[in-house]
This record gives sequence, structure tokens and C-alpha cells, in this order.
Amino acid sequence: MSSSAPKLHVDDLSMTFRTPAGAFAALAPITLTIDQGRFVSLIGPSGCGKSTIFNVIAGLLEPTGGRVLIDGVDATGTIGRVGYMLQKDLLLPWRTVLDNVILGMEIQNLPLRAARERALPLLHRYGLSGFEYLYPSALSGGMRQRAALLRTLLFDTDVILLDEPFGALDAQTKLQMQEWLMALWSDFGKTVLFVTHDIEEAIYLSDELHVMGTRPGRIVASIPVNLPRPRVRTSALTPEFLAIKQQCLELLDVNIAPSAPLNEAA
Amino acid sequence: MAVQDTPSIGALADIALAQPKSPATRPAGRTVRRLPVQKAWPTWALVTAQAGILLGALALWEVSARAGWIDAFFWSQPSAIAETMGAFFSSGDAWTDISFTFRSTIFGFLLGTTAGSLLGLSFWWSRNYAAVVQPYIICLESIPKLALAPLIILVFGIGLGSKVAVATALTLVVSTLTAYAGVKALDPDGEKLFYSLGATRLQVFRKLVVPFCLPWIISVLRVNIGLALTGAIVGEFIASQHGLGRAILYAGQTYDIALVWVAVLVLSTLAMVMYATVSWLESMLRKGVRQ
Repeated sequence: MSSSAPKLHVDDLSMTFRTPAGAFAALAPITLTIDQGRFVSLIGPSGCGKSTIFNVIAGLLEPTGGRVLIDGVDATGTIGRVGYMLQKDLLLPWRTVLDNVILGMEIQNLPLRAARERALPLLHRYGLSGFEYLYPSALSGGMRQRAALLRTLLFDTDVILLDEPFGALDAQTKLQMQEWLMALWSDFGKTVLFVTHDIEEAIYLSDELHVMGTRPGRIVASIPVNLPRPRVRTSALTPEFLAIKQQCLELLDVNIAPSAPLNEAA
Repeated sequence: MAVQDTPSIGALADIALAQPKSPATRPAGRTVRRLPVQKAWPTWALVTAQAGILLGALALWEVSARAGWIDAFFWSQPSAIAETMGAFFSSGDAWTDISFTFRSTIFGFLLGTTAGSLLGLSFWWSRNYAAVVQPYIICLESIPKLALAPLIILVFGIGLGSKVAVATALTLVVSTLTAYAGVKALDPDGEKLFYSLGATRLQVFRKLVVPFCLPWIISVLRVNIGLALTGAIVGEFIASQHGLGRAILYAGQTYDIALVWVAVLVLSTLAMVMYATVSWLESMLRKGVRQ
């Protein structure tokens, strides 16, 4: 165990919204520790607060309790510290693909020429060569997600948050994109926090899995995934994989609401 | 599920053969039609028809005036109009008037569109400021701006400035509301993306809000040029020393109906030229802005 601070530490984070009906506890206190270079997934039912956690970590939302520490430094409420990719690719239609992927660097006031020079080799390496000077409307769904991911990567933060990036893609493109993401991750060694509804995707990609419950949002279980890397598709058929999957399915089935009585007939 | 209820293949064939074959003997209740097809005329036919209508109308007008079927004093006739047109351009104030109306229209158009668009875009900056100012804009939108024209002429005098002011009044509110519609249509996730990258509000405004709203702003250019011209003409009707509107008014008051027609025709030509130019400009800008 290294003595330096973990890359990302979410300390007792809680979020309560004020509604006309009273206080609504969206997130019960959550504590997460993620070390440098790990790939961690969050899975859970809709409404368990996954996006809220991301918004807080990215500094877009001020939590009602708790802190976010990046490299041991309190980063609560500060923006521009982490790469955040939302489910929509949000590529700007009036900019070329190249000018889209350099957006993060441009906002950080890097000179455009330098930014473009950094971006071009990445575009070539990761399957977008020939598309640099085209507009997003010319790209397929998978390519748009790639461009959006490269934009997030080129923003050059150590921590990257991915909020269901492959949710809108068809099954085959999704599998391709997972391989592509794995290649990217192993090349760059970023610390990744990944949200998905797809249990298999989460197990396949991650080092560690956190299963969340809803009302209030909280972490129900943390499951390490010790499958060998680099992952291969056939690892989805191994007993270890299936054991984790079974565990997740059981956890997610039971997580309706804490106060709801369990089915008597069971 | 009784199998014997379904008719056998042989029974179905018997039923089919028993149907009447020819349409004439088919039981009533089903008429058979052919699809109505419109064959397009060739271009020369269309152009000939259009030219024919125009020439025919002019000829009918001329003949009616000469034959006395219509009162030539109030209706005038194409030959008189042509003659007056020649006089208007050679010895009259044609070019001064055209230039005056044109300038007041263009200045009003540019000023109103620019100021209005900036005002509309500024509503993005502060929600509070937008909430405070919005009712005023809506009031201004509802008031027929032309009703304010006499007041504007009084304030600005009878020179070019007052016509520009009327034209601006008409175009400004339209541009404001359109730019604001663009601002309201902005995807909040887009802003989220920018802020997650650490952007300042100015960066979001310059790199997201403005490019996003440009198609909205561009889409009203054609409307605005028409409004600006209307404003200029109405201003000239109220009080002016020059301009095509003034020419129309003056000719009307002196019962020079031929001159009225001449001024109207020249004004229409000017309007069509400006409209065509702005449409072309719009398509150029569209390509440059691409969404």
C-alpha cells in the first residue's frame, strides 16, 4: 500500500435536495477511494445518483456534505480538474472533428496550433484518420463517441469520468468501442470512473466494481475484479466472471427501496 | 381450435374461381381508378404563360384606357407610365430618391439587426436581467411600431435619421426575440461540457452561445430587410424631403397617377433587389455557419 494519497477520494459525500415536498436525500454519505491508474465502474438502477456523484466530482454541483479530494487536495466545487464525458457526445456541429477534440485545450488557453499538433497523432492512432477535417454530421455514432472520448482524453487530466458513454450504441459497435477504450486506457494510464447499466460491460472493463442502491443513493457493495489483463472476450465465459455477474444480479434485484418489504411469497 | 373450420386448399380454389372476373360484373361498392398524375410543363411553356399573362394584362389595361372603359385619369395607362418613367429618370429626382430610401433602409436594417441580436444574446448572461427586461420587450413587440412613427419623426426631424430610426424600431425587436429564442434552445448539457473543462462565462458565450444562435439570427435577415423598407417608406409618408415614399405621396396628392405607378414600380424593383441580395447573403452565411 503506497503512502501517497489516492488519486481520487470521495469523502462522506452526501446530497440533499430541497423540494416543495420536503428534503429529498438523493445521496446518502458515500466514501470512495480510487488509486492511480485504476478502472472503476459504478453500476446501479436509474435514479441511484450516479450522475449526481459525477457532477459533484467534476465540480458542477456543490454537495450538501462531504468533500472531493484529488491527489489529496480538496477539489470540491472546482471545475476543470477532471475529464467528464456525458452520455451525449456534445460535439459542436459548427467545428471540424479536429477543432472539436482540441476544445479542452483551447479553453485552457493553449495555442491552437500546439493543440492541433497534439491532437492529430491521436486522431490517426485511434481510428479517426481521414475524419479530422470533416464535420460531426459526417460521423457515425461510434466515431462520434470516439471523438468525444479523445476530447476528454486530450484535456489531459489524470482522472476521467465516463457517464454511460456507450449507452446509445448498438451492440456490435459497443463491443468494438470497449476494446478501443481498453487500448486507450492501457496506453495512457488514466484513472477512470465508469458508469454503466450493462453489468457485463462493467465487469469486463474494470478492476473494481461498486454496486449502488437507490433511495437514497448509496454504495451497496464493492467487488474487486481480479481477472487477468489484458482482458479477452472469452473471459466473459469463465467461472470467475460469471460468479461476479451472479453476485451483481442478486444485489441489483434486491435493491428496490430500503423500506420496501421483501416479497413474502419468496 | 377446430381444424375443420379452416377451408381446405381445394375449397379456397373453388371460392376463387367463383368470383366474377371482369370489373363490370364485380359487385358494386368498389370502383377502380387510375392514379391522378400531373405532367409537368416544360420550362418554355411556363415562361410563355407567365409572359403572356403580363403582356396580356398590360395590353388590356392600355386598350381599356384608350377605349374609355376605365377612367384614364384615375387608372392611368402603360404608355403614360412609360413616358413618366423616362422623365422621372432623366430630369426628375429618381436617383436621389432611390438613394435616400435605399440608405435609410440599409442603415435601419443593419442597426436594428445588430443591436437586436446582441440584445437577445445578452439575455443569456444573466437570468435575472433577462427576467427584468423581458416584459418590456414583449410590450414593444406587441405595439405596432408604425404607430410610433409620427413620434419618432417629431423627435428626429425629417431627415434621413428619422427614417433610419423607424426602420430600426421595426427590426430591432424581431431580432431580439429571435436571438433570444436561440438562447432558450441551447442544450444545457453543452454548457455543462464547457464548464467541466473549466471555461469562463465569456468563453462559453463566444464559443458556444454565439455560434449556436447564429442560424436563428440569420434566419430573420430576410424578414428584417422587408420590415426596414416598410419603416423607411412609412417614415417618408409622414414627413420627408426625399425618397420613393415621398414621391408616391407627392404624386398621389397632385393626382399624377402615372408618377405614383412609376414610383411604386421603382420601389418594388428596389425591394426585390434587396430581398434577393439578402437571401443570397443568408445562404452564404448558412454555409459558413453550418449546423
